[in-house]
Amino acid sequence: MAVIAVQKTSASPHGRQRNISWLAWVWVGPALVLELVFFIYPVLNTLWLSFFNKTSTSYVGLRNYQRIFTDPSLLEVLRNNLIWLVLATVLTVGLGLLVAVLVDRVKIERVIKSALFLPMAVSFVGASVIWRFVFVYQPPGQPQIGLLNAILGFFGIGPQVWLLDPRFNTLAMIAVYVWMMTGFSMVILSAALKSIPDEILEAAKMDGAGRFTIFWRIMVPMISATLTVVTITMVINILKIFDIVYVMTGGNYHSSVVGVEFYNQLFIFGNYGQASALAVLLMIAIIPVMYFNIRQIRQQEKIR
Amino acid sequence: MSIRDSKRSASTTLSTPAATYTSEKERTLGSYLVQSLSRSSVTAIAVLIGCLWSIPTLGLFISSFRPASLIASTGWWTGLVPPWTFTIENYQQVLLAQGMGQAFLNSLIIAIPGTIFPILIAAFAAYAFAWMKFPGRDWIFFSIVALMIVPLQITLVPILTMFTMIGLTGQYAAVWLAHTAFGLPFAIYLLRNFFASLPSDLMESARIDGAGYMRIFWTIIMPLSLPALASLAIFQFMWVWNDLLVALIFLGGNPEHAPMTLAVADLVNSFGSNYQVLTAAAFVSMALPLIVFFSLQRYFVRGILAGSVKG
Repeated sequence: MAVIAVQKTSASPHGRQRNISWLAWVWVGPALVLELVFFIYPVLNTLWLSFFNKTSTSYVGLRNYQRIFTDPSLLEVLRNNLIWLVLATVLTVGLGLLVAVLVDRVKIERVIKSALFLPMAVSFVGASVIWRFVFVYQPPGQPQIGLLNAILGFFGIGPQVWLLDPRFNTLAMIAVYVWMMTGFSMVILSAALKSIPDEILEAAKMDGAGRFTIFWRIMVPMISATLTVVTITMVINILKIFDIVYVMTGGNYHSSVVGVEFYNQLFIFGNYGQASALAVLLMIAIIPVMYFNIRQIRQQEKIR
Repeated sequence: MSIRDSKRSASTTLSTPAATYTSEKERTLGSYLVQSLSRSSVTAIAVLIGCLWSIPTLGLFISSFRPASLIASTGWWTGLVPPWTFTIENYQQVLLAQGMGQAFLNSLIIAIPGTIFPILIAAFAAYAFAWMKFPGRDWIFFSIVALMIVPLQITLVPILTMFTMIGLTGQYAAVWLAHTAFGLPFAIYLLRNFFASLPSDLMESARIDGAGYMRIFWTIIMPLSLPALASLAIFQFMWVWNDLLVALIFLGGNPEHAPMTLAVADLVNSFGSNYQVLTAAAFVSMALPLIVFFSLQRYFVRGILAGSVKG
């Protein structure tokens, strides 16, 4: 009772309220200034620059955007990003869910989880070096020092140039990403699975539900909110993908993505307009996702 | 494919006893057999996946201890059978000759302030968002949270221009500032939610005792929030330590201040086939995050969960 009374008195006098409000800005101030300088201003400025030419000296309207959707090499970049988005999202979330379900209630759960989770501590640069020893190619006849080609050789198939061959390089890099990020979705989904009450699962078993029924009819619907969050997080990260591609192929051999193309336009071709247009495109692609994310957060706020 | 098959068989065998049992005794015996069988097959699959995930790292680890001539001529798995020829020469070469020692130091110089600054500033703001009333509070909070999804790329050109104008490019301060600003949205989101869940009577009674916001913040909020602060610190540290893009753009022109990721990426580009240097360098760059990861895994996981799941 005393607490409630105190809350009321501290909130009611108007003089004090104004005082608090003024003080609050001091506490929020540094963060607000940094976000304005490093996010809001740059976003608006980039938007502005995207309507100008290479050196930001003359207005070109929507030409930079038009080029993204007509230039064959840039269209290829968009296609690669789409492949990344679909495959990498489905694989990281799907595998993460599969492992979370499999490992649940297995004795060595912690060891397996650590094994899957460890790549998250490794930088993209480190991961790309690690995977070099999986993908590396030696001409036929020489002993293969890359794991994948050695396995192919064991089955009598000739070695492939995984990272240089446009048929394989995007898939190879997606594999690296999946290796790195599956642990992330696994950890979150596993926690969500553990929050499903045992009684529900027991009841389903009593009613004769098989594992697949339990998985699809009970587990997946009950963790659907978490599944959405994980998927959104993955989509956002994959849209922005940069490091893996930059280190493994540099965007060459038809494997570029928007993040890398942005970097190349900026620092190799010095084309500020085109680079900005690519960045704005990323931003636009993320807006619907952002909408979902904010809705999700608001719903959580309501629950709290 | 085999995974799916064995999983399906496990599911069918599991569902039969519950549906068709006749006597109590038969059911317990049958379900015991079936359960132990399916459980062991699930364990086998789990172990298989764990191994699959560990092999690439193991390969690099073993390679980094093999002599240069062997790395380039035979697969790392051949190093597992005798005669064993391992050496620490690669590590010596990397640490002494390739400037990795300096890069390691640079990474620390970048990552430590790059962790402390954003957490401190975020904590100030999160405290105000959680416990003070001011016009537009929720609106501003949501706008900052929304920034979590802005692709960094969109901000880099104007920031680079700004930094070049005031002569910050190539300086540590440039990356500190950038990492602080980029880390804030997630940090504020996480800390605000944690601060708001602290019991309000604690703060009210402190206020009755005459404590100001500063005292409440340092003596109540911060000590009580140590678990959240710890997981956030681990997160931010890993993020800054493993970052390539920000370092590449703001420090790219100054190799003397380059962190490990940048140095290793340069090695990849210039020593593409000089594997002995690359393997050891990559492992040195991973050493610290791996130590942090293994010693503080609990907090790390907690941080991830706090960021994505309610509660």
